[in-house]
Amino acid sequence: MRVNFTVNGRQQEADDVWEGESLLYVLRERMGLPGSKNACEQGECGSCTVRLDGVPVCSCLVAAGQVQDREVVTVEGLADYAKHRDDAHPGGACGSVCGGTSLQEARQWQAKGTDGQTGEGGELSSIQQAFIDAGAVQCGFCTPGLLVAADELLERNASPSDADIREALSGNLCRCTGYEKILDAVRLAAARQEETV
Amino acid sequence: MAGTKTTTGAPTEVTQKHNKGGIGESTLRPDGTLKVTGEFAYSSDMWHEDMLWGQTLRSTVAHAEIVSIDTVEALKTPGVYAVLTYDDLPAEMKNYGLEIQDTPVLAHGKVRHHGEPVALVAADHPETARRAAAKIVVEYKELPLITDEASATAPDAVLVHEGRDDHHIGHVPHPNIVHRQPIVRGNAEEAAKKADFIVKGEYTFGMQDQAFLGPESGLAVPSEDGGVELYVATQWLHSDLDQIAPVLGLPKDKVRMTLSGVGGAFGGREDISMQIHACLLALRTGKPVKIVYNRFESFFGHVHRHPAKLYYEHGATKDGKLTHMKCKIVLDGGAYASASPAVVGNASSLSVGPYVIEDVDIEAIALYSNNPPCGAMRGFGAVQACFAYEAQMDKLADKVGMDRVEFRQLNAMSQGTLLPTGQSVDSPAPVAEILRRVKARPMPPERQWESSEGADVRALPGGLSNTTHGEGVVRGVGYAVGIKNVGFSEGFDDYSTAKVRMEVINGEPVATVHTAMAEVGQGGITVHAQIARTELGVQQVTIHPADTQVGSAGSTSASRQTYVTGGAVKNSCELVREKVLEIGRRKFGSYHPAWATAELVLEGGKVLTDGGEALADLAELLDGESVEVEAEWRHRPTVAFDLKTGQGNGHVQYSFAAHRAVVEVDTELGLVKVIELATAQDVGKALNPLSVVGQIQGGTTQGLGVAVMEEIIVDPKTAKVRNPSFTDYLIPTILDTPTIPVDVLELADPNAPYGLRGMGEAPTLSSTPAVLAAIRNATGLELNRTPVRPEHLTGT
Repeated sequence: MRVNFTVNGRQQEADDVWEGESLLYVLRERMGLPGSKNACEQGECGSCTVRLDGVPVCSCLVAAGQVQDREVVTVEGLADYAKHRDDAHPGGACGSVCGGTSLQEARQWQAKGTDGQTGEGGELSSIQQAFIDAGAVQCGFCTPGLLVAADELLERNASPSDADIREALSGNLCRCTGYEKILDAVRLAAARQEETV
Repeated sequence: MAGTKTTTGAPTEVTQKHNKGGIGESTLRPDGTLKVTGEFAYSSDMWHEDMLWGQTLRSTVAHAEIVSIDTVEALKTPGVYAVLTYDDLPAEMKNYGLEIQDTPVLAHGKVRHHGEPVALVAADHPETARRAAAKIVVEYKELPLITDEASATAPDAVLVHEGRDDHHIGHVPHPNIVHRQPIVRGNAEEAAKKADFIVKGEYTFGMQDQAFLGPESGLAVPSEDGGVELYVATQWLHSDLDQIAPVLGLPKDKVRMTLSGVGGAFGGREDISMQIHACLLALRTGKPVKIVYNRFESFFGHVHRHPAKLYYEHGATKDGKLTHMKCKIVLDGGAYASASPAVVGNASSLSVGPYVIEDVDIEAIALYSNNPPCGAMRGFGAVQACFAYEAQMDKLADKVGMDRVEFRQLNAMSQGTLLPTGQSVDSPAPVAEILRRVKARPMPPERQWESSEGADVRALPGGLSNTTHGEGVVRGVGYAVGIKNVGFSEGFDDYSTAKVRMEVINGEPVATVHTAMAEVGQGGITVHAQIARTELGVQQVTIHPADTQVGSAGSTSASRQTYVTGGAVKNSCELVREKVLEIGRRKFGSYHPAWATAELVLEGGKVLTDGGEALADLAELLDGESVEVEAEWRHRPTVAFDLKTGQGNGHVQYSFAAHRAVVEVDTELGLVKVIELATAQDVGKALNPLSVVGQIQGGTTQGLGVAVMEEIIVDPKTAKVRNPSFTDYLIPTILDTPTIPVDVLELADPNAPYGLRGMGEAPTLSSTPAVLAAIRNATGLELNRTPVRPEHLTGT
């Protein structure tokens, strides 16, 4: 089957998709967007978390056909997504109105001139920068899913308590860090957002 | 105590020194940006035009003769390019293994464990490959099962490996025992007579999984010269190469390996998984082949932590001095040897823990069985022993009537103490001090979940499932401490290689570090850049991708990489520095007498005298020239333990960690919430404090996992794995993991580079017994098994 949908603001078309293929497979193997990770492929680890019309979902549990005419944001588009949100609503949290990417925004989207070796040159969202600064990235395999989930948390709740952070990230497994530095990163991103208000 | 640092969990600021970003600073990961943008290429992200997908067919039974394999229907499936069985293996050599080559590339004649690879398929879509594999018909004739010590060593026991001819067979009491290491020192029988109290205990340690998140995966690309390029996630490229080339029938220089992004390892990538299979399929089809395990297959695709039975006896006088220790440790190695012999060496030699006991009688064995193969996992034999000896310490302290921490401190080893192997611990051993530190830390407030509006159920045992509002919840506190050896022991030639180049690029002096070290998330590449900056006085350091075009770096395991490959980078930098100074003397020596007479250093992009006078800019000095050195580096040699007495200087270095666990237990429902896991550890020198704390917290969490939830459950009747998924094999979530305050000590080891102490494993040791001790403290139950499950707490 053919599936038409929007990924990170760009209209995409996937052909010859099997009925059983997941959104995760289509993103990774057909769209060339391997940022969403494949750690368990049964909705237990959260490493494939993306936003589907603004709602965080495990892309391994979404059949590709279900995303017809819908909007997906992956970690690859997170910085851009956060920037548009911040441009529209400086300070971060903006409730439900900033879910998804408008057609206008999609037309403005363009590939960033990132350095292939270091990733330098691209602008990072505040949560991405905070993960680096706080030491929340070790092997990094859980990181894309955690970033999407944490960014959504901070969109809803600009100053989450530790209990809020733990609740929001409880669907994302990390085997390396012991989660302390992930908590640090979310606290740091929240604090930096407050400073910019 | 000098040179100590406390971290409270707040992000560490980068401090500025002369060579900015040098050792001792919390510099950030060079791969951090790629990892947060999704651009970092993990092994499962590899892609090649025209590539095929490989799939493994695995045994559905644990022990059986293979009567027949029918691949006709699978081969007929549209989109299938190849189906391979044992008969298709190209070389004389058909087995591989880390130490003993007992593991078949594909099962031949029989299968020895549930999930053993039997056949391979390559197809144009992963689902096609899976469906084709399902069409392969294998007829099995089941054989009797070996599942524990009794069935393994029975006089008429079926042999897991008939006709063994490895170098351990001569000293083991039964062919179903891989390796046995006794250690006898003093006279435990005599010393026991001096004991006023004797405690005995029998402990069971469950089978833990490394559960790294990045699945086993990689891409094999056939090359024009008949060789193959392999991009793969591993812990040791050269060890893989040594095992891969012979079974492919290729010389090593025709198998070119490059490390692709590794999503965690923890010991689970020391053994071969899909490497050989992908190469076989690529060579057969002439096309690139990618294999990615799903989580189910991953549970069969790597070895696990040895489950263990431990039988201990300790004695103490009434004033609290340990008199003697006797123990027997039985590790189940499963169907293939993997790292079992080395795990036995560690478990036996570290079985007394960080305590002074002169009279000991120790025996450790690893079994061959039809259970899943077990090998390396963080803590490597020392973890199982620590669980048992720390439970014994609590029991004995209670008998003597002493405070449990004071009892440990009274018997704690210190610098100069002899291990049961007769080896002196010849660097700082702050066992009593790290215990003091975790004990002195303020306790977390009682009943944090309680407020005037009622209970915040999120903070209670059971959490959001709203199972309790605090009724029946009691608190407990437990302590534990452990000792782990660093590096490969028992005479292993544990070297590493580093190539360092220095040149001028765009007017800037730049150092390039090339090693074969596997960066598995631990931060080795961060530290290598820090070392190069410190030694060469440059800002810009490029880390070359790890591959087999440079000499071996050894394994990223045993807490050894920063010590050994860090040492190799330092060594190579020093040799580069000498050459740079030679060039300086040649070019500028006549301008200033200091070139010939003073001690010179490289700092801030310049050559300085030790008084700080600048003699030359590195950019100017190196203009048009580059300096490159590839050198090996070794730590102090070790020797094998005597096979009868266990004596010998078998270890290089030790690391020590202590934990205090605070738990709340719902005694009615059997639910446990760990409130805090305070840690203190001596790291010798924190080359990167931010990474050090991250490692300690991560290791602590894996210890917590095995204390309360993690276990691969093997059906004792069928030897089949019952929970190969993240639905049924539980690892701690952010809700299960408490605050982990970390206290880092830096007591330099005079024999190590920069005084550092390998530190990745130690926090995993004492975390588990500390949590168990806290649960015992809360419930009054004996709890001699880990993980603890609700039924153990409620007696149901």
